[in-house]
Amino acid sequence: MKTELTSPAFIAALVIGGAIVFAAPLFLETYDLFNFTVFAIMAMLAISLNFVWGIGGILSLGQALFFGLGGYAYAITAINLGSGWGLLAAIAVPCLFALIVGYVAFYGRISDVYFGVVSLTISLILYNFVNSTSDAFYTIGAARLGGYNGIPSVPPIQAPWAAQPLGFEAMYMLCALTALVFYLGVRLFVRAPFGRVIVAVRENDLRAELLGYDPRYHRLVVFAIGAAMSGLAGAFFAAWGAFIGPDTFSVSFAAQAIIWVLFGGLGTLIGPVVGALSVSWFTTWLGEVRLLDPNIALGLLFIISVLLVPNGMVPALRRVLERLRIVKERADT
Amino acid sequence: MIVETSDLWRTFGGVAAVAGVNFRLEPGELRCLIGSNGAGKSTFFKLLTGQLRPSKGHISILGRQTTTSQPFEISRLGVGIKTQVPNLFEGLSVRENLHLAARRTYAGKAARLAAEAMLDDIELADRAGVPVRELSHGQRQWVELGMVLVSEPKLVLLDEPAAGMTQAEVERTAMLLQRMRKDRAFIIVEHDMHFVRNIAERVTVFHRGRILVEDTMEAVTSNAEVRNAYLGQKFGKDHD
Amino acid sequence: MEIIALSGINIVYAVASLFLLAAGLSIIFGMMGVINLAHGEFLMLGGFAFVLSVNAGINIWISMFVVAPLVVMVIGMVMERLIVRHLYGRTVETILATWGVSLLLIGVTSVTLGYQQLGVSAPLGSVEIGDYRVGGYTFFIIGLAFAVLAFLYAILRWSSFGLKARGTMQSASTAATLGVNVGYVYSATFGLGAAISGLAGAAFAPIAGVTPVSGLTYIGKAFITVIAGGPLPLIGTSTASLLLGFINAAVTAISTPVLGEIALLAAAILLLRLLPAGITGRFFRGGL
Repeated sequence: MKTELTSPAFIAALVIGGAIVFAAPLFLETYDLFNFTVFAIMAMLAISLNFVWGIGGILSLGQALFFGLGGYAYAITAINLGSGWGLLAAIAVPCLFALIVGYVAFYGRISDVYFGVVSLTISLILYNFVNSTSDAFYTIGAARLGGYNGIPSVPPIQAPWAAQPLGFEAMYMLCALTALVFYLGVRLFVRAPFGRVIVAVRENDLRAELLGYDPRYHRLVVFAIGAAMSGLAGAFFAAWGAFIGPDTFSVSFAAQAIIWVLFGGLGTLIGPVVGALSVSWFTTWLGEVRLLDPNIALGLLFIISVLLVPNGMVPALRRVLERLRIVKERADT
Repeated sequence: MIVETSDLWRTFGGVAAVAGVNFRLEPGELRCLIGSNGAGKSTFFKLLTGQLRPSKGHISILGRQTTTSQPFEISRLGVGIKTQVPNLFEGLSVRENLHLAARRTYAGKAARLAAEAMLDDIELADRAGVPVRELSHGQRQWVELGMVLVSEPKLVLLDEPAAGMTQAEVERTAMLLQRMRKDRAFIIVEHDMHFVRNIAERVTVFHRGRILVEDTMEAVTSNAEVRNAYLGQKFGKDHD
Repeated sequence: MEIIALSGINIVYAVASLFLLAAGLSIIFGMMGVINLAHGEFLMLGGFAFVLSVNAGINIWISMFVVAPLVVMVIGMVMERLIVRHLYGRTVETILATWGVSLLLIGVTSVTLGYQQLGVSAPLGSVEIGDYRVGGYTFFIIGLAFAVLAFLYAILRWSSFGLKARGTMQSASTAATLGVNVGYVYSATFGLGAAISGLAGAAFAPIAGVTPVSGLTYIGKAFITVIAGGPLPLIGTSTASLLLGFINAAVTAISTPVLGEIALLAAAILLLRLLPAGITGRFFRGGL
């Protein structure tokens, strides 16, 4: 842990990441900054999915449901008690939900494929449930769930000591810095002793267990942390757009998160961020030019990612660069 | 008593793979379990490691009831386990594999030192940084053996440690085991008679889910019942 | 008395529809261990094929029993050839790729057929039970579920394809050494599963209508039924349908359909806690 904190690669990541986060507002228009904020939020979701799936080896196909849960928990709590409690709820509720689901699944030693499908099904059924809550009966305190209309007028985030809620720029800073912290945190985590055990459980859970590590417990911890991370991203999303709706539980949103991670490079550290930024940017652009139905584009990208770049773009690019370097070295000698 | 089972049964859909085994292992003893395919020794092994649950009967290991324990709980008693197929963290380096094993018993720097010492013991120090998936079959088996022994277990359970090895590798494995024997108790399931002759003091012969004979290697080899029952001419040769 | 009869019909109907919605998926899952995430879109395409051909003047039963299964079977086999075949043995990748196909099919149907709901009114009139009226189509769905079960049982039990399929299901490598063309069996199984899904999609079109995202309303139930049923397609799916359909219908009757769905999911998750490999992962080994 200590060695990783002071390693050149980590310091480089910290410096470069920090530079990008702080430089962006100097070059971007307000509108672009607004979009960049949501890209940073999506990067947070991608990092959390990669943490659970790529590093923990848990096939969490419905990971985005924790994003939705976090968004709803934030919206309902913030409307009733203020944004500070809202953020806490957005971390606690998904985490608790993940502990329950994870306990049942991992301690029952359910298989990988089954877990993936069950998590996706939970997402589907939450989607149906939230859509069916338009009746005034579904009101918590001052917050109406609103069914398919979602919850409008979600309060923005406000620091307890501040007179005003966060503005565009401050909101951008918060989201981008949190994304950076997520990235660096995961980086530290995989090198830390506990993280090595997590990787070991992913690589071979029987061997880990025969060494005396309890794979069920380790999976549960990773799953709960990942859910809390996704939940915080969902809260930022709800605060950013002043809105949260059932689409965050939809299959196509769950699929997008999977595509980001897969396209960027499952299990790599920077890949999911690259995937989230590039694919989000691409779908936003598609929406503007109306060239292609976004579902067709995402579907094709999904299939191509699986069939042609199975390890993701970042490892593929690394290989290409490596090959170019070898070719160049040969040419030089 | 290090290991004791009483009237241990395990059935699969009506077929009893282990049928009433009463087994005892004394402190410091090295015991080989032999028997033809389907004799029940691998099932018995998995019952000991917690990978399977007995249908009936009791198991106690190192003085603790482990009949319904999970594998990690058994491991935590101080039991080193090596399964039949190599079970390694394929993507991690040899050093990381050993370190993860050492950390169960040693803290911090001591774990690193133990892992380094084991790298020398299994003579793979020059390959320490290589992902284990790139090693040869024999080398992978030794890494796993190292992982089992680095945590200084009180009892070691090995399922076919010499499987799939060349003659030279088998001999080296036997040597490694002798060297790291110390005063630990061992249970080794093995097919390779040459290997068994090399290391075994006492052997337990399984037949149809039961213990047929339990004696020294010489006595078992000359036991007519064992020969006739099923081993046939297998004892005449070192390999089948 | 009438209420009891009515509730009974409701429960049987829930069980039957669960089985119909999951049958095609379970065939593919039982054979290859792969959950086809494009299953909902197979149902949706079956619905569209049915509605469009009825609107084009083709007989309603021919549309349902011939056109819809054939169309979806062809689409399924093309998908198997182009994508799934390249991923055999890589379960997670196969699931992910079928998810891509699912999005692609939703996108293509949205672009070509639009977002508005298409429908056909349910045939077969209604039956009176005391003061209540039950659609004759309800009984048709129940009958259809039994017919599909019998049909699949007959194919798997008695046809030469069924023998090869069962062998491949037990051990693909053993079947291959005995001269079974495993690739062909997988392809045919995929086609069979797709055809059944097409038929089911058509059967539900008169009740629920069809839109490009229709599949999404069905797949949650279908996935969970197949997973709860475990590896044996027929016994697993029928026992899981019985159990989950009963719970679903009972909870729906005293609350809302959404709560019924949640109860179904909760029951299935509890079931998996006890039987992690599904009902037939523990019981009925070696059946169908």
